[in-house]
Amino acid sequence: MASTVIHALYIDDDILMDAVKKVRAEHYHIEEVFTPFPVHGLDKAMGLPHTRLAITAFLYGCVGLTVAITMMNYIMIEDWPQNIGGKPSFSFLENMPAFVPIMFELTVFFAAHLMVITFYMRSKLWPFKKAENPDVRTTDDHFLMEVDAANHDVNKLTEFLSDTGAVEIKVVTKQEDKH
Amino acid sequence: MYTISSKIKLFSIILVVVGAIGLIAGFIAAPSSIEDVKEIMASHDGHADDHAPVALGKVENHAKTDAVVHDDVKPNGAFEGNTHKAANDNQKDAHGEDEHYEHILHQLQNRPWASLYIAAFFFFMIALGVLVFYAIQFAAQAGWSPVLFRIMEAITAYLLPGGIIMFVILALSGFHINHLFVWADPEVVAHDELIQGKSGWLNGTGLVIRAAIFLAGWCIYRHFAVKYSRKQDEDSAGNVWYKKSFKIAAGFLVFFIYTESMMSWDWIMSFDPHWFSTLFGWYVFASLFVSGITVIALITIYLKSKGYLDFVNNSHIHDLAKFMFGISIFWTYLWFSQFMLIWYSNIPEEVTYYITRIEDYKLPFFGMLVMNFLFPLLLLMNSDFKRINWFVVMAGVVILCGHYIDVYNMVMPATVGESWFIGLPEVSAVLLFLGLFLFIVFSALTKAPLLAKGNPFIEESKHFHY
Repeated sequence: MASTVIHALYIDDDILMDAVKKVRAEHYHIEEVFTPFPVHGLDKAMGLPHTRLAITAFLYGCVGLTVAITMMNYIMIEDWPQNIGGKPSFSFLENMPAFVPIMFELTVFFAAHLMVITFYMRSKLWPFKKAENPDVRTTDDHFLMEVDAANHDVNKLTEFLSDTGAVEIKVVTKQEDKH
Repeated sequence: MYTISSKIKLFSIILVVVGAIGLIAGFIAAPSSIEDVKEIMASHDGHADDHAPVALGKVENHAKTDAVVHDDVKPNGAFEGNTHKAANDNQKDAHGEDEHYEHILHQLQNRPWASLYIAAFFFFMIALGVLVFYAIQFAAQAGWSPVLFRIMEAITAYLLPGGIIMFVILALSGFHINHLFVWADPEVVAHDELIQGKSGWLNGTGLVIRAAIFLAGWCIYRHFAVKYSRKQDEDSAGNVWYKKSFKIAAGFLVFFIYTESMMSWDWIMSFDPHWFSTLFGWYVFASLFVSGITVIALITIYLKSKGYLDFVNNSHIHDLAKFMFGISIFWTYLWFSQFMLIWYSNIPEEVTYYITRIEDYKLPFFGMLVMNFLFPLLLLMNSDFKRINWFVVMAGVVILCGHYIDVYNMVMPATVGESWFIGLPEVSAVLLFLGLFLFIVFSALTKAPLLAKGNPFIEESKHFHY
């Protein structure tokens, strides 16, 4: 399915921010913005929803804590409660201080690693993945805003975008759907 | 400019009066002889009252069971703080009853003194914690906090009066007017080789001299920091006063970390003169630091709700709440490091410290972990919650209560032992110092405009957002 998008390139993040706000005010749909570095406040200006990555991390941490507790309760207390150096292995609680370092580390380990993997999966990043960069300059010093032109007059839209300070405007027909 | 409301004035005066009456009643109610103790314990055998019936009952059981149990508890008690006496105890078990009552008598006599000491130290440590936070903000050239400087300056106004009160109580204890410090009792020292070995450090004169140096150093820094801050308002050209303030803040922080460590040995750890811990100074520091930051947050939220702080936004509150959260976890880290190392190695001369606390103070000892760690951890983890005032206030109140219990756990087991309770003298002492603290802090707030307008970072701070 072919779709028409407009690529507007900017050379300054402040101009980009202004442009994003103007485009949103005119109710054009911004497909994507490519920047060489994080632009503070861009997500807010684009109206993107908050990330829920922190919530997943909390839940993964809870999983890690549970794993640590279950593991050590089984190994040290239930399966083979030996007397090791006089440490009380009669119940989990009695010997708990000795387990806390492991409980802490596993909580952090699960929270950190599973959150990172979640991030990779959600943002579709993996080795050998084909880069989706529409213009190589956007990794260096250019900012690119991709605006959906589907139901709009292309000439009017390009004119509007050049008014927002774009240094270069391209009309692109995309052959396939982007994921 | 802030004008103190008559309600706060009246409220704090009422607190002081009620607290003082209660505390005096606590002193009067303390038994003066063994016969009084016997009477109190007899009257509490039958029915439950608010004078620690459970604790007293338990002590009596100890006396009736064999000497092994007795021995176990004794070395940590305030006045049986030496093995020599405890050994004596075993030999004359026949007429050990009277000695036992004497033991209880000393504990009960200590109780109002210890309550006074805990409350005095708790409010003093809040002012000290705020002072350190203030100095760190200067030394780190923080861009977010200058709008809060006047609030911090006002809270540290309690440092001087609170310090004088601490000094007087310390002097009274150091020269054995009361029985708070075992090492101040010449009779105990005469039979106790361990304390004799430490008497080069642990003596009344040394305690008073060191306390004077610590308090003078802290109060002098506070005096000049506030003075320079006011001067910077009047004459901000070239930031001359600001630079001076920066320098003395850095100097103070070096001075503080040494003196705070020694202060914690002198004022807290010496309650258990047989016990020692190397990270104790840090542990006390974490406690006072988090209490101080919490009080900054609470007073800021109060003043903002009254419309005095238009330049403070919820990002400032968010930052303070992050500090409350982080330092609470730091406190827990130190608490656990101290506890776990001693629990794990289980060396008898160290571990008695925790055995007395876990046996006799189970609820306050583990309760404070819930209040100081679990509660702030779960409540303040969420970024949105840290911006909601009533969440921060709720967490703050629990943290402050938790750190009161923390000081309580550090002082009480060595001074009153099993005869503890949070009753009239404890609550009254807190009310007394709370009233005093509120009165001094809110009076100090009226002394200067609430915005330190000469500070070079003030514009950044006003527009701070996170």
